[in-house]
Amino acid sequence: MNSPNHLYEAVKTVHNKRIDGRFRRFKWLMMIVTLAIYYVTPWLRWDRGPYAPDQAVLVDMANRRFYMFGIEIWPHEFYFVAGLLIMAGIGLFLITSAVGRAWCGYACPQTVWTDLFQHVDRLIDGDRNARIRLEAAPWTWSKVLRRGVKWTIYLAIAFATGGAWILYFADAPTLFAEFFALDAAPIAYATVAVLTLTTFTLGGFMREQVCIYMCPWPRIQSAMMDEKSLTVTYKDWRGEPRGSVKKAQKDPEAFGDCIDCLQCVAVCPTGIDIREGPQIGCITCALCIDACDKVMADIGRPRGLIDYATLEDCAAEAAGKAPKPIWKTLLRPRTVAYTLIWGSIGMALLFALGTRTHTDLTVSADRNPPFMLMSDGSIRNSYTLRLRNMESRPRDMEVAIAGLPGGVFWTDTIGQNEAAASQTFTVPADATLPVRAYVAAPPGAAATEITFTLTSQDEQREQDVVEAGFTTPGEQ
Amino acid sequence: MANDIQDKRRVDEATNTEFVGHEWDGIEELDTPMPRWWLWTFYLTIAWSLAYVIAYPAWPLLEKGTEGVLGWTSRGQLAEQMSAAEMARADVRAQIAATPLERLPEDSALLAQAVAGGRAAFLVNCVQCHGSGAAGSQELGYPNLNDDDWLWGGDIRAIEYTLTHGIRQQDHPETRQSQMPAFAGILTPPQVGAVVDHVLSLSGQAQPNAEGAALFAQNCSLCHGPAGQGDRTYGAPNLADAIWLRGSTRAAITSQILAPRMGMMPKWEGRLDPVTIRMLAAYVHSLGGGEDFVEVAADPEVAVDEQP
Ligand code: SF4
Ligand code: SF4
Repeated sequence: MNSPNHLYEAVKTVHNKRIDGRFRRFKWLMMIVTLAIYYVTPWLRWDRGPYAPDQAVLVDMANRRFYMFGIEIWPHEFYFVAGLLIMAGIGLFLITSAVGRAWCGYACPQTVWTDLFQHVDRLIDGDRNARIRLEAAPWTWSKVLRRGVKWTIYLAIAFATGGAWILYFADAPTLFAEFFALDAAPIAYATVAVLTLTTFTLGGFMREQVCIYMCPWPRIQSAMMDEKSLTVTYKDWRGEPRGSVKKAQKDPEAFGDCIDCLQCVAVCPTGIDIREGPQIGCITCALCIDACDKVMADIGRPRGLIDYATLEDCAAEAAGKAPKPIWKTLLRPRTVAYTLIWGSIGMALLFALGTRTHTDLTVSADRNPPFMLMSDGSIRNSYTLRLRNMESRPRDMEVAIAGLPGGVFWTDTIGQNEAAASQTFTVPADATLPVRAYVAAPPGAAATEITFTLTSQDEQREQDVVEAGFTTPGEQ
Repeated sequence: MANDIQDKRRVDEATNTEFVGHEWDGIEELDTPMPRWWLWTFYLTIAWSLAYVIAYPAWPLLEKGTEGVLGWTSRGQLAEQMSAAEMARADVRAQIAATPLERLPEDSALLAQAVAGGRAAFLVNCVQCHGSGAAGSQELGYPNLNDDDWLWGGDIRAIEYTLTHGIRQQDHPETRQSQMPAFAGILTPPQVGAVVDHVLSLSGQAQPNAEGAALFAQNCSLCHGPAGQGDRTYGAPNLADAIWLRGSTRAAITSQILAPRMGMMPKWEGRLDPVTIRMLAAYVHSLGGGEDFVEVAADPEVAVDEQP
């Protein structure tokens, strides 16, 4: 098949055939669900009062906030996002070790969009045979027209893909209107342009080439899968040697179940022959299972010549033993361990989410200079306080210092004549209020640790206590 | 074909593909062709890099690099960005220029802008002496600008005056000017010792002594005041507080009496524009010891710009 001495090879377009069956229907379902999630999410509303955007899921880069329904993540809480990413990673390990490349087959955006574009091919150019004929046909006006229509639809899908992406980063209805009124930020147009172009080429033309040559995941998957992972397998001990129905009728003993009808190859979206064994081009979409099951039903043989099986099952079946029950395949130490790790990270995140307060105080002491001797002999240290109000309403917060005998503080806005051991600030909604605090101690004070206690002045009375050093000349 | 040298490579029977000749643990690599788009992408990157080299400055030559047909330079870009930043600041600068300096603290947003600008200018022009935290240096006699002790006045206009005219700049008629006489030869060593004692007693660091008090009243009180409280007209330091410009040890004070060292500060008029000087004044005033400006209401003729 591969001619030697050729370093480079022209891409052969895959014209996969329409098929129906249980896996195809599952793939339809996954496609609808994933596309719906992608396109609908930015339009979900969530009431956050007058102080924050009413978008349920929003990555607000400008204000550095991440909103997800009732959850609002601040930059200093980025560990939530990191935790979610780790969970996504371990989730992939778990899925892969249990059911192989299910991500590739059903949920990967490249797969979903390729599937979508292949349906467009089918809609405009007809099914496999018609498409093969059309590709071979000379460039007539009707072919030009067909290509024009098809590529326009490609472009429309690509544009909708790029367009939906930016809606996650700003208030969707506003941005939508701005975008078409040519009022949106240049970065919005640039993003849409780049994503439209990449979707058009990667989804419309590159397709399986992305999976085979560009994607790192198939290279990693072999380490994630083992002989106990389910994967799409052609059962050669049952199928071989191949022979047509007629030949098999003449000599049933000499032939296996595969009638070499090539239906499994025709339906494959990556254009491979699964009967050559597990290979990098197989995304385990299981469409070949649907195709072969149909053939087996037509010729009255049992289904499952191509089927989900583990390498261990294959060996067992080839030796004439029964394969393991499916629950034993899914429930084994490795998958259980992944599930436990995955679950405990999830629980930890939920716990952190449930116990976090909506206030926060950070204190950084000025180190340049570390202290200041005043003319009356008193000693002053300066601190930058950051009072954080993570609720969508302005709140009063009291900051009190303790641990410094006679210590008082004032700020740039609260004059020294109003210096006291505690001050109250109004922190705007969803904001961080930076405050420069001047803490003074009477002459002769000793260096010590002092505490700043932030208390919200509402029913919740949330508190945050921070320690900081107080430096004096004696230390020098 | 069979005679070709290339065909000496073994061919895998199952796939009819040549082996490349590598083997790891019994696994051999097939010489599978790359897709052609991959090749074209590679050519494209080469074409891109050639175009880039032609379009942008790229190739170092002996004297100078190639300039690139687009005429882009990083210096040019910097100049553009600088002038854009200048433009963006012009508005704020005009507002600062139009606001009487002592009114600046009333507009907290404008003040914040001024302080930020002043801080930037400070970090370029002033840190060499006063330090990046403006804490000065006792050994070298550069005053600390964070405390509430001011030699020549600590309200925002006094600070601006100091910045503009400098201190002891002979070539400026309106500079801050004063001189402390050297008392070596005027006072005998025991007399100096008595004065040092008295100076220390002013801030409670030594017992009062009558001889020192008398000598102080005779020689020092004209500038430093009868109680040693200093006089900002002459930049005479307050000797009764906790802050010492050049140290509070006996040795430091003795040396200052015998052969005084007096600080100098450059005048920034002509080197920095007036708005920058205003911003610097605002910054220094904001460091924690800035004093309120008291307007001289009784005699409007007294220009507040004069030595306050
Ligand atoms: S669809 Fe089934 S029977 Fe037909 S070629 Fe493929 S494996 Fe053989
Ligand atoms: S071989 Fe079968 S499972 Fe693999 S990609 Fe092709 S159709 Fe999907």
